Amino acid sequence: MIADYLSQAIASFVGTACFGVIFQIPKRSLMQCGLAGMIGWLVYYGFIRADADPIAATWASAVLIGLIAHYLAIRFKVPVTVFSVSGIIPLVPGGMAYDAMLNVVQNDYQGAVQLGAKAFMLSGAIAVGLVFSEVINQLVKRVRTRAL
Amino acid sequence: MEVCLLAGKIMLENGGETYRVEDTMMRIASAYGAEGSQSFVMPTGIMFAVEGAETSTRLVRISQRSTNLSKVTQVNDISRRIAGGHLQPGEARKLLKDVECATPMYPLKIQLVLAALASGCFLILYDGTWSDMPAAMLCGGTGFWLLGRMTRLSSIRLFGELIAALAVGLLSYLVVHLGLGQQHSTIMIASVMPLVPGLLITNAVRDLMAGHLVSGISKGAEAFLTAFAIGAGIGIALTLNG
Repeated sequence: MIADYLSQAIASFVGTACFGVIFQIPKRSLMQCGLAGMIGWLVYYGFIRADADPIAATWASAVLIGLIAHYLAIRFKVPVTVFSVSGIIPLVPGGMAYDAMLNVVQNDYQGAVQLGAKAFMLSGAIAVGLVFSEVINQLVKRVRTRAL
Repeated sequence: MEVCLLAGKIMLENGGETYRVEDTMMRIASAYGAEGSQSFVMPTGIMFAVEGAETSTRLVRISQRSTNLSKVTQVNDISRRIAGGHLQPGEARKLLKDVECATPMYPLKIQLVLAALASGCFLILYDGTWSDMPAAMLCGGTGFWLLGRMTRLSSIRLFGELIAALAVGLLSYLVVHLGLGQQHSTIMIASVMPLVPGLLITNAVRDLMAGHLVSGISKGAEAFLTAFAIGAGIGIALTLNG
């Protein structure tokens, strides 16, 4: 159990940091970038382990990644995308899209549409999650300026 | 004016969000005393106008787009310094020229190795077994290398992505056939991950949220096309193996 979480943590950290290199992220931001990806993925993994709905898990994880990215971006004065971009990569529903494609190839269009719709919903969850974190960020900013 | 356009051009060419490009250009313009500047940015071009004593408008066409977030970060830093009043137009122009001409921070070889490593890591994330990791790394690295090769060969990105995905699909079957791996589906999924248009998805969402409907939708369409190309490549590979 703990070993599972540990291997997932290491793999997600290294994987997202590697993605950072593909996107040519500055060296000093790579660590934080891997960290954001790791936390996001562990939340997703925890939800899935607890038999939560994958869409909800993806959404929660995307919100968290967005929030972390916003925090890091302000802290290190770097564009937000630097941190959020590779964090969301593990959430992309690759497996689902693969299964959908498999069904298409086997001429089972009904199954393909079903899986494709699911994959589409999952990518929608990523997008909505990012939007939510943006909204939260704006609200926090507004409250802060009003408090000053 | 020239500084604004150069900054905007570098950002847009290297994967900055549309609203960030507009924001940066306006900030630089107002820092240099040009009030009432207007900018209109799309993924394929920038229009920028300065109003005042001498009204002028310029247009820049963006034909090549790639991903280099460190350049975006550098331009961001320069614009912060300009807005803080620490840089003269001449100096800023020189700094931006340096950024534009700079070679990528990570050479292609390192990118290739790390893309392979990323594939291996994603295999673990998708419940693959550790023994399949070398196979996924091999397939993922080959896919990424082919994508780079194909984009240099032809300007149609879609084609390169399709070929890369097809190669990944066929190679994963081959690897399993040779006994280097067990689950060809997991290997295949993990190996196409380096081709996924993550930056486009994020930027599309962020642009749409900022009210840049044109840019958001066109970036979303680009991401969708890429996803479609990958899917088609994998689909062909699956068909060939019956």
